[in-house]
Amino acid sequence: MIKLTPLQIAEKANTIRQDIIKALEHAGSGHSAGPLGLAEMLASLYFNIMNIDPKNPEWTDRDMFFLSNGHTVPVQYATMAEAGYFDKNELMTLRKFGSRLQGHPERERLPGIESTSGPLGSGLSQAAGYAYSLQYIDKVKSRFVYVMMGDGELDEGNIWEAAMFAGKYKLSQLIGFIDRNNIQIDGNTEDVMPLENLRLKWESFGWHVLEIDGHNIESIIDAASMGRAITNRPTVIIAHTIPGKGVDFMEYDYKWHGTPPNSEQAKLALEKLRSLDGKILHEGAGL
Amino acid sequence: MNYELDNKILSPEVKQEPIRAGYGRGLKISGENNDKVVALCADLTQSTQMHLFREAFPERFIEVGVAEQNLVTLASGLARAGKIPFTSSYAAFSPGRNWEQIRTTVCLNNQPVKIIGSHAGVSVGPDGATHQMLEDIALMRVLPNMIVIAPGDSIEAEKATLAIASNGKPSYLRLAREKTPIFSTQASPFEVGKAYVLREGDDVALLGTGTMTYQLLVAADILSKKNISVEVVHVPTIKPLDQETLLTSAKKCGRIVTAEEAQAAGGFGSAVSELITDRLPMPILRIGMKDRFGESGTPNELLDHFGLTGEKIAEKVESFISENPQYHR
Repeated sequence: MIKLTPLQIAEKANTIRQDIIKALEHAGSGHSAGPLGLAEMLASLYFNIMNIDPKNPEWTDRDMFFLSNGHTVPVQYATMAEAGYFDKNELMTLRKFGSRLQGHPERERLPGIESTSGPLGSGLSQAAGYAYSLQYIDKVKSRFVYVMMGDGELDEGNIWEAAMFAGKYKLSQLIGFIDRNNIQIDGNTEDVMPLENLRLKWESFGWHVLEIDGHNIESIIDAASMGRAITNRPTVIIAHTIPGKGVDFMEYDYKWHGTPPNSEQAKLALEKLRSLDGKILHEGAGL
Repeated sequence: MNYELDNKILSPEVKQEPIRAGYGRGLKISGENNDKVVALCADLTQSTQMHLFREAFPERFIEVGVAEQNLVTLASGLARAGKIPFTSSYAAFSPGRNWEQIRTTVCLNNQPVKIIGSHAGVSVGPDGATHQMLEDIALMRVLPNMIVIAPGDSIEAEKATLAIASNGKPSYLRLAREKTPIFSTQASPFEVGKAYVLREGDDVALLGTGTMTYQLLVAADILSKKNISVEVVHVPTIKPLDQETLLTSAKKCGRIVTAEEAQAAGGFGSAVSELITDRLPMPILRIGMKDRFGESGTPNELLDHFGLTGEKIAEKVESFISENPQYHR
């Protein structure tokens, strides 16, 4: 299994962001803000937290990852390519006819994608079903089920049906992440449909709740580790993130939720990322 | 023809049992046959007949509560974990309420989740229109990867349950609430994708699915006394249709009537019409609910009111054949 250090993971996250920008620009459609905001979390999952084998995606002892907010899949594709599931050149087929990298992820097309998603709100249930199977039917304690949710998709009733279920059955091998970036398509989450108090909501459903900086890799790894150590409840990690993180003109702006960069914007974004937002003056010095 | 019919089917002593009872037995046997079979229920364990499985295999029974979206998405996750999940509720709620979850997490995701919709059709009775699911066949048969089966009686329901437990595919099983006459026997054949000629004739082919097949046998008996030669074909599998059997009967009779306890639009009759239009265009009468909801009443009152009894069907068939000459190439 892969276990990189936080510093190595930070470098991976930067590379993943660059690959997201390139793939989205080439695709000409897709979501920018969410995937960029998830780079540290996906990199931490694939390069430290999860017990996986990129060369053997169906390895029976692997940990599971369900991406409930399927529209952010460019970050998963970029992370999987970086981890060696497939060749990086394939990222340039994103959203193209015949590609394994569909606009929203499809299990049967790409090994390593655990489930088909896109329509929001159904990932937590699937993860809960898997976790139930591990805990109560197979009685396998060594495997964990991770699920990434967006905050906007918490508007969906299906999420809370699953939250109630996981609380009832104390699914301790289930660890959820919420990408708390405060934006959704129509605006800020608290304007569209207020979610707060999010912590109290999940606690009252019987979950162990952790709140972290979703760009702090040590915090991400620690929180997942704590989630695995809690054996009497499911854990949800509310990860505060900056939508569009790493590309200053995309950060915090909900208008980048469902828009890709054009070639000019992509060039600018890649310069920002390669120079670590101007901290490195010459490309190639550093990362 | 090798379909063995129960010899008392047209007498008052015909055996009757709710179709869902056969499902309950079949599920328990499936659980005995394969420890991968798990069952999930949305707060309707007794009336969907899942209690037999729950008593036999409590560790493989999962109570989900009144949450049909969660019901099928949990099942998708369990299927990912190598299980064969059976999910039960009333058809009005599953697949009535959770169609998108079925579309994405079961069908596009291609997981062998079994959707069991109980209490389908107007024969649900006093509960009224909200609980009388009529649109489920249309909803399920348009989904790629989905198998759609409406067994004709409880014996067949048991066989269908065993069949979908091992078919490895997303499957929908449509069940009725009330006691339904049993026309098949343990020896009758059942195979997913097969239709069965129950009675041979050459003036008109009556194709029935689910509870309507028995009513077609009654109608055929009435019509035969008027010297009308009726072929009755039982079509438990609505998707995929047994094209060969249906086209053979169609060709022989040159006129077709379909019957279902569901909306006539989009359902079984529509599926047959699509086949006939594509392959062998000829007059076709679709009997079912005509763009309206049901209402409260006893099952027999409702079947009669909506023209779904053998007697009413016989009348419709008679006027249909008087108005439509047989089509022969």
